[in-house]
Amino acid sequence: MADEKEKPGKRRASPIVPRGTVAGSSLVAVIAIMTFLAGVAAGAVEIVRVAASEWHADVAREVTIQVRPIEGRDIEAEIAKAVDLARRTPGVADARAYSREESARLLEPWLGAGVDLQALPVPRLVVVRLADEREADLASLRRALTQNVTGASLDDHRGWARRLAALSDVVMLIGVGVLVLVLLVTILSVSFATRGAVAANRAVVQVLHLVGARESFIASAFQRHFLIVGLNGAILGGAAAALFFLLAGVAPDLAAIVPGGGEAALLLGRITLEPRGYAWIAAAGLLVALVTAIASRRTVQRTLRGID
Amino acid sequence: MVRFENVGLRYGPGPEVLKDLSFGIEPHSFQFLTGASGAGKSSLLRLLFLSLRPSRGLITLFERDASRLTLDEVAVFRRRIGVVFQDFRLLDHLTTYENVALPLRVQGRDEASYRSEVTEILRWVGLGERMDALPPILSGGEKQRAAIARALIGRPELVLADEPTGNVDPTLARRLLRLFVELHKSGTSVVIATHDIALMDQFDARRLVLADGRLHLDE
Repeated sequence: MADEKEKPGKRRASPIVPRGTVAGSSLVAVIAIMTFLAGVAAGAVEIVRVAASEWHADVAREVTIQVRPIEGRDIEAEIAKAVDLARRTPGVADARAYSREESARLLEPWLGAGVDLQALPVPRLVVVRLADEREADLASLRRALTQNVTGASLDDHRGWARRLAALSDVVMLIGVGVLVLVLLVTILSVSFATRGAVAANRAVVQVLHLVGARESFIASAFQRHFLIVGLNGAILGGAAAALFFLLAGVAPDLAAIVPGGGEAALLLGRITLEPRGYAWIAAAGLLVALVTAIASRRTVQRTLRGID
Repeated sequence: MVRFENVGLRYGPGPEVLKDLSFGIEPHSFQFLTGASGAGKSSLLRLLFLSLRPSRGLITLFERDASRLTLDEVAVFRRRIGVVFQDFRLLDHLTTYENVALPLRVQGRDEASYRSEVTEILRWVGLGERMDALPPILSGGEKQRAAIARALIGRPELVLADEPTGNVDPTLARRLLRLFVELHKSGTSVVIATHDIALMDQFDARRLVLADGRLHLDE
């Protein structure tokens, strides 16, 4: 200590902007909370985006052949022919006919149990799974079916896929809209809170100016200080958002506790955030920290211009 | 080095607090600025170090029209002017040493390059033992001396001091005045604002007397 007293310069210089003020700590809290909200919004949009593209892929990976019973034709033979044609089509992974019992089960909700389907002209289904929906030659399959199988028609689920695509587009649009709003609110509230914290240091800005500091020196000192404040808050809030998604992924049963959570889990599958989602959370945090730094710089500049 | 021509100052829409000031401050000069409380001494000092702009008239500072200076030019000009504020304006989170070193630090100078200068000036004003103290625990007189040391550290060409002996006993006041006189002898121009007639009687110098917003020169 005695040595330090002799040579005060040997100690690390105190920062020009005071650390640990009340305004500073409440700013960290505001930044952490807003980063958490923005991170959760960004992660949720990413989950919906991934889920929507999966729904779309699931629907597009499957087509159905419908074989209607025709008087005087053996429907089982027609079905076997359809399955055979489908399997020989390039790009098809597998084709499987629903048995009579399976068809009955499909219709049970509408017709009730114990109905004899023999007596009804109920069409039968062949489910065709595609290896690659882009390479599958569905046009030639459709042609072959029309020529060779009586009463057969091909449903490529295009109508469904279109509606699903429209639905997922709407969901994405809403998600991105919410994300943009959350980010705007974050930017506004963080820059207002920063302004308040800089205003609390108005005396420091004035003294620095009076002892001959240039605008850029003062602005940079504040910007450095508030970038660190912003990063502290953003790391806290971002980590909380990441933890939120990790917990939701690890404990899917938790989702069922929340009202509507079970339904959401059903639609979205397991709530698992891909690495890209975590990258979005990190990006949101970085954005918030930058907003803090820039807002502090601009507030200092405004303060300096208002001094005279 | 400073020239005022028909300078007037009013705050907002109020009446003029300073009227038709025309005077100059020459290099290597020493002057007292005096007048009753509220006569406008502090306002005149603020005009002198460019923290206020006049409502009318012309202020020339170091051969430049002060009204045409940009914010950064004002900052650089301030490095040539040392100011001792009546309320000291020390930063409470910096030590005495750091407060005094601030004018050099904001010029971007390396700490090692000014360490001995700052230590020396602190010893000179009698604060050698208080370098690591924070302003809130300094006495009024110690703050006063720290503020003076900060005003002088950048070797300014002009020193402005607002009631620099207002918070100290007569003995210390005499010592501080001697300090300003020494500074003047080494070539710096000094303006001391004070209403302490006993202090002014100790050193024969030009007196700028403010009354009713007007300046009367008492050479």
